[in-house]
Amino acid sequence: MIEVRKLVKNYGDVKAVRDISFKVQNGEILGFLGPNGAGKTTTLKVITGYLSPTSGNVFVDDMNVIEDSMEIRKMIGYLPEMNPLYHDMEVYDFLEFVAHAREIDKSRFKSRLGEVIELCGLKGVVHKNINELSKGYCQRVGLAQAIIHDPKILILDEPTSGLDPNQIVEIRGLIKNLGKAKTVIISSHILQEIQATADRMIIINRGEIAANGTIDELMSDFKGKTRLKLELKNADTESLKKVQSFNDGVLLSEYSEKDGVMTAVLEYPNSLDPRQDIFTHAVKNKWVILEMSRHKTSLEDIFRNLTIEGETTNAK
Amino acid sequence: MRNNFKILYRKEVQSFFNSPVAYITLVVFLLINAWFFTSTFFLTNESDLRTLFTVAPIVFIFFIPAITMGLIAKEKNTGTLEFITTLPFSDGEIVIAKFLAALTLVATALLFTTVHFFTLLIVGNNIDMGALISGYLGLLLVGAAYTAIGTFASSVTDNQITAFIISFSIIFVLFILDKILVFVPGFLSSFLQYLSIDYHLSNISRGVIDSRNLVYLGSIILFFLLMSIRILEMRKWR
Repeated sequence: MIEVRKLVKNYGDVKAVRDISFKVQNGEILGFLGPNGAGKTTTLKVITGYLSPTSGNVFVDDMNVIEDSMEIRKMIGYLPEMNPLYHDMEVYDFLEFVAHAREIDKSRFKSRLGEVIELCGLKGVVHKNINELSKGYCQRVGLAQAIIHDPKILILDEPTSGLDPNQIVEIRGLIKNLGKAKTVIISSHILQEIQATADRMIIINRGEIAANGTIDELMSDFKGKTRLKLELKNADTESLKKVQSFNDGVLLSEYSEKDGVMTAVLEYPNSLDPRQDIFTHAVKNKWVILEMSRHKTSLEDIFRNLTIEGETTNAK
Repeated sequence: MRNNFKILYRKEVQSFFNSPVAYITLVVFLLINAWFFTSTFFLTNESDLRTLFTVAPIVFIFFIPAITMGLIAKEKNTGTLEFITTLPFSDGEIVIAKFLAALTLVATALLFTTVHFFTLLIVGNNIDMGALISGYLGLLLVGAAYTAIGTFASSVTDNQITAFIISFSIIFVLFILDKILVFVPGFLSSFLQYLSIDYHLSNISRGVIDSRNLVYLGSIILFFLLMSIRILEMRKWR
């Protein structure tokens, strides 16, 4: 099990990660989702021992990254962001070097190499120099070096960036497959990627966790709410709020007024339906309803909402 | 532990000999030495390698920074530093393996200069073997000190050219110190002389192996290697 506890990481004055805590269970695929610069990579770099936390700690089983970094590194297979490789090396030599570094002996290396070549589709490029490979193949080599020692934990930082759609589908399938037996943390700024591979996702924004749960949980959390967009003429918010008071749980989440037309967005649980009340109230006050539309939330709305909201609150 | 060194060392040596830079610098080093040595050898008519022992350390000032500039700077630049430091290697193992690999290249260069040594054996007489051996020992030690400085310079930047300039400058200052003694006040001169690499080297090349000289060179190597390790570790806290 991996546990990140109250993790803070600053780069000078820049607060990259602000007090993050979460757990990853054994055998779980955790998706780490967030816009660019949200602190995903920094968190992963702390887990893998490349950076030390400013405060807080990361625990893997009974060990922590500050004192037992070496032992933890042995358990982890890591594909860093941008997939750095030694471009002057042959694929075979490179994988052999990693295997030796991972304390795999010669006979085991032979069998593992065969498996990894099969898994990552590296047949035919094993004796090529890495700098002759296309980006897709480089990514496969990066994945191959991360899994060659059959690690318990696999950490993949943007594993499909720069790949073409076919390769992306392939790599996602591979990750899903590997995740059956391993604990996997996969980071991405692309929602579909996490949706396609992860059991659970953590949405991170501006160094803070914005949401944490299974995809179904996140969907129902937000799907439980309906958003109602209203455009009213001659209306005022004070009077509109009287409508809400009839219904517990209706919230006026945003409103604006321009040229006598008020635009308002209401949020309420699915169990409620205030539309009829609004209509009668409008008729009574001689308001003109220009628009009244319900909006269903998708996972993408949730993601955008969480990350954009964070941006505006942080900007204050 | 020792196994980790072997794995890293092998990779570093391999990467040296995979790139043309090693061969080019090696050839240039040998050509320059050979030119200075053979052009005067038969004129002076002396059975020693003094020209080699004077010229080689000067050529080292360019040669060794060129070898060491990529050691860590290149890994920083291409991002592979993150890859290698998240493998189960300690930062110390990484730095020392790199240092030893670069030193191997320096030693290889010195090995090729023994062609002059054999020429001397064939044509010379009354050869002072002790002085020749201690001369080579001196070159190797000074080479190691320069390599440690180069490793340090390579660890402070991600730009190989910057690394070259930094190591060249440090080495040059240490080399020139005992040549500017006439310009400094007397109380400083013995101190500066002790800091000068060439002063210690000239003792060793004369065949006088004094513990003072060994301690000096040993401290330079140790100091710069420890600094490189510290700087590599500092990435964690930046």
